[in-house]
Formats: sequence, structure tokens, C-alpha cells
Amino acid sequence: MILDALAVVLPGVGSFASGIAALRAIGADDAIRERIENSKPTLAICLGLQLLFESSDESPGERGLGVVAGAVGRFPIGTTSPQFGWNHVRAVAGCRLIENGWAYFANSYRVASAPEGWSVAIADHGGPFVAAIERAGVLACQFHPELSGAWGARIIERWLKCTRVAEVERC
Amino acid sequence: MLTRRVIPCLDVRGGRIVKGVRFSNLRDAGDPAERAASYETQGADELVILDVSATTEDRACAADTVRAVRERLSIPMTVGGGVRTESDARALLDAGADRVAVNTAAVNEPALLTRLAAEFGRQCVVLAIDAARRCDARDWQVVIRSGTERLDLGAVEWARSAERLGAGEILLTSWDSDGVGAGYDLDLINAVSRAVSLPLVASGGAGSLGDFADALAAGASAVLAASLFHDNIITVEGAKRALAEKGFPVRL
Repeated sequence: MILDALAVVLPGVGSFASGIAALRAIGADDAIRERIENSKPTLAICLGLQLLFESSDESPGERGLGVVAGAVGRFPIGTTSPQFGWNHVRAVAGCRLIENGWAYFANSYRVASAPEGWSVAIADHGGPFVAAIERAGVLACQFHPELSGAWGARIIERWLKCTRVAEVERC
Repeated sequence: MLTRRVIPCLDVRGGRIVKGVRFSNLRDAGDPAERAASYETQGADELVILDVSATTEDRACAADTVRAVRERLSIPMTVGGGVRTESDARALLDAGADRVAVNTAAVNEPALLTRLAAEFGRQCVVLAIDAARRCDARDWQVVIRSGTERLDLGAVEWARSAERLGAGEILLTSWDSDGVGAGYDLDLINAVSRAVSLPLVASGGAGSLGDFADALAAGASAVLAASLFHDNIITVEGAKRALAEKGFPVRL
């Protein structure tokens, strides 16, 4: 069902270990991995983004979905953590869904370097980090678009348009 | 760069906004959902809703109010008042809260912070501390039950423990300054911000534009105010512009 759905949202609140365990428990891990490998419309938010990577400092030894290369780490020492609040997001070359603007973050961990093969948006909190990655219909945001006011709503709208395109192509 | 936040607070009782002085003499200050929408338009960075009667009157927090506000709001919302268990927290989160604030229940049972963090993530757990200056004025003691009970527990010590236990943010209210409008208790903000690396929301005492910058300079990540905004003395946008002029990063 998850594999065939027109669009899937992977929201995320909780820890890396409990998140990945919950996905495995319902057998959603393989389906989400396959969706992303095939660029099917999928929106991952906050922990949802982190789960796509290979591992996280939050849960050492635990493996993520590993569908995006890289690891999730802590903010540098001396940086206020969790990062709570609005931070400026800068869309780097190739972004179609994300635009520059203010996004709302609530996270203690982040990805420090841009993964290969993805368009990336960057923000800064104790150094640059990955605010979002996108590729075709797949969008993963470290911030919460659903809590980022009108700017966030526009991103979700653009992502939803991808799902409609996918529907047309399927028909 | 992460911006400093300006947060209007809605103290809610029986579905209406109320505001008092030092937690009592409550008066009506409007409809929560309407106010919330207006604050978002003004540029509020998030919203705090506290059910001020929940603990003393043993009443569960009004999830209905949270639902009504959520329908109008696309920025984050922290909700507190009467949260004692994980299921209390879940009810508020299901109603549309993004974070849950605990106060009295965490003092009575500190492990609650750990359990909430394990279940919902640390970023969901806000510890509200009401702190009153001790008679000798050298430090602050924790007060609970909407300010009706003073404890031997030191506010700085409690903040430090809470960080270790699982709190993701501290909402620090000065009991002495609340509703007085003579400025935040800057010594209190400074003492707690030095003790923890968690984000700290300063609350209690904002009375003029300059107070916000003072609280941020003293170590707060965010400033919270109620009457000042409810009475239209200062708009959220006005507060943020004043902070920007003083060089604080804000979202405008």
C-alpha cells in the first residue's frame, strides 16, 4: 500500500531508533526505500529526513533506511540545542520545490554535508547544515513546512503538484 | 542563523483568554483563536497557550481550545496546564499542539520529563518553571500550583536537573515580575541560561519595548509576553523591529 500510494508523507517526531523500529515493525522500511529509489512522490519531515540516511549519533549502532548516503550528527558543542525556531533557508542550484525563506526548525541533530545526487537547501546553526534535499517528487525537510507559515504552505503545494503529475503519467 | 523568537502567550480559562497580576485577579482578554490568528499575522514566531486553572481546579486542559486555535494557525504552538501523564500530553498533541509544557507534575515526579522525552522526543517537552526570589534575594525558589505553593527547590538547580532528565526547552517565568510590566527578572534569566544549554524562553514582566532586548541580552533565546500584546500596547511586529534595530537576528 505504501509502495503504490500516489503520495506518502513520512513525518517525524521521536528518536532515530524508535522511528526506524516503528517503520520496520509495520514493514514500511523497504517500501519507503523503494519509493525513494524510484523518485515516487514522498515528503519526509524532520526525523523523517534523518531516517533516510545511513546512521545517526542519536542512536549509535542503529541503521537508518540508508537510501541517502551520509550520517546524521549532533550540532557542534557550544551551539544551543535543540535548535528551536526560525532559521533562514537558502536553496542551492537545482531546487524546484524549495525556495529561499524562513523555516521553522525543532531538532537536536542534523546532516552536516550535502549528499551526492540531490538538490540541497542549506541553513546555518553552528555551521552550515542540510535544511532540505529534493529529487523529482521526493522532498525531505529538516524543518517543518507545516509550521512554517505561508512559505511552508507554498512548498507543500508545490510538492502536491508533483503527485498530480505522477497521477497523469500513470493514467 | 537561528533567529530570536517573540512569543505571545494566551493564558486560557474556560475557553477565554485571561490575564492577571502575579497569577491572580484574572480578567477577560478575548477569544483565543481570533487572537492567535492576529498574532500570526503580526509575525509571531510561535504561540504558547497555558490553561491557568488546570492545576488548581484539577481540570484537564481544554483540548477544544487547542483545536480551535490550530485551525487558524500555521506556526508552532506549545500548550501547558494540567499535564500529568503521557496520555494528557498525547491528547494535547493530537488536538494540534506541537510541544507540551509541564510544570507542577514534573516537580512532583521528575521522571515524567524522561518518559515524555522517550515517547514524543525531547523537542516536544517544555519545562515551565515559575520562580520566585527568596526573601534573602540571592536566588530563586520554584513555585507550583499556579503560584500557590513555594518549594525549597532552587530554580537554577531544577533547570539543570531538567536538562539532564529530558526537557527540550525551559519556559522561565518570574513570579515576582509576572503581569507587573516593570521588566523581566534579568538576574534570573542570566543565572538559568548559564546553567543550561537548552533554549530558554523568558516570561513575566515585559512592559516596554526595551525589555525584550534586555532579556535576550541576559541570555534568553526567546521572549514571551501576554498583557502587552493583548492590550495592544505593543504589536509583535513592533517588538521584532525594535529587536532588529538593536542587532538581534529576527524573522521579519
